[in-house]
Amino acid sequence: MATFTLPKNSTIQPGKTYKAAPDAKHVKAFKIYRWDPDTGANPRTDTYEIDLDKCGPMVLDALIKIKNEVDSTLTFRRSCREGICGSCAMNIDGLNTLACLKPIEDVKADIRISPLPHLPVVKDLVPDLSQLYAQLRSIEPWLKSDTPPPPDAERRQSKEERAKLDGLWECILCFCCSTACPSYWWNGDRYLGPAVLLQAYRWIADSRDEATGGRLDNLEDPFRLYRCHTIMNCTRTCPKGLNPAAAIGKIKQMMVERQS
Amino acid sequence: MANEYADHTTMRSALGRVRGLGSAKGGTDHWWMQRITSAALLPLTLWFALAAASLAGASYAETVAWIGRPWNAVLLLATIGLTFHHIAAGMQVVLEDYVNQEWAKMAAILAVKAICWLLALASALAVLRIAV
Repeated sequence: MATFTLPKNSTIQPGKTYKAAPDAKHVKAFKIYRWDPDTGANPRTDTYEIDLDKCGPMVLDALIKIKNEVDSTLTFRRSCREGICGSCAMNIDGLNTLACLKPIEDVKADIRISPLPHLPVVKDLVPDLSQLYAQLRSIEPWLKSDTPPPPDAERRQSKEERAKLDGLWECILCFCCSTACPSYWWNGDRYLGPAVLLQAYRWIADSRDEATGGRLDNLEDPFRLYRCHTIMNCTRTCPKGLNPAAAIGKIKQMMVERQS
Repeated sequence: MANEYADHTTMRSALGRVRGLGSAKGGTDHWWMQRITSAALLPLTLWFALAAASLAGASYAETVAWIGRPWNAVLLLATIGLTFHHIAAGMQVVLEDYVNQEWAKMAAILAVKAICWLLALASALAVLRIAV
């Protein structure tokens, strides 16, 4: 059965509290999921009180400040700090998003931060993405064409054809959507999930690609594709404002189209 | 876990687990028929509810006569067929979503289909015995 409760060794316990300096005026508490694979202890929630007058505006600024100044053992992924690398995807205040794009002031209460849901945790806020990367690879996210490109020229595409890729190419593979999808939680071993299906559609929709039929064959499966029940969590959570649910809907439409 | 290829405890590579047994090359009919039956059941269910309401308080003979009219019998049979098809298809999706043990999933889906078939046949027979 789908698991609705955490196993004993995963229940989260209260952790340490790191107080702000006594003279701090604008204090915000960050309650952060911590788990260290080396200790064998249960995960815990540590509370870090941060003086917002001495911190940048985004949640990632606070995380970097904590790591630099308060607790260097806090572990998380980050790179570009401007919403283009997708590294700092995590669950902030109950919604999967990028820490670098999430303003601290958007959250009125204490800021709760945990790793992307329903993935194995490597440490603290770092989830294991290997299954998602393998799923991405399984849809062969590259241009497949038997026709060689024209000599000394690129493969041509009309403006209308190129416009079909808008809303697809912007995906940065942060996997906020896939890990927000209940269907992916219950059947992620077989369901490809919104991020990978949006990537699949990005190549299906590309007028230069010649493998559309094979790509559809590969997706036509009760679990790979049809676990999508248009729950729409993917679209709601996408930090780039994309619509994976619509891309999945278009794949389903093409499945029906090629039969009728 | 749903299948041994997907199980995290095997030594298979992540890509090997994800590719698994390959695509079933199916599922479109199931998904599409679910949509078609729901669209068809919107007017049919409304018709059936209004008819049932208008028959409230009617005598046994009047009700039997109503069922026996050809158009009523045809629409009743259509409602019965589509309703049980829709129930079976919908329940199958729910079971596939939440039951991970292969044998339990298979048994539950077969049981749901058997029950839906039997109820559909019994309902259809009831209409036909009056109408024919």
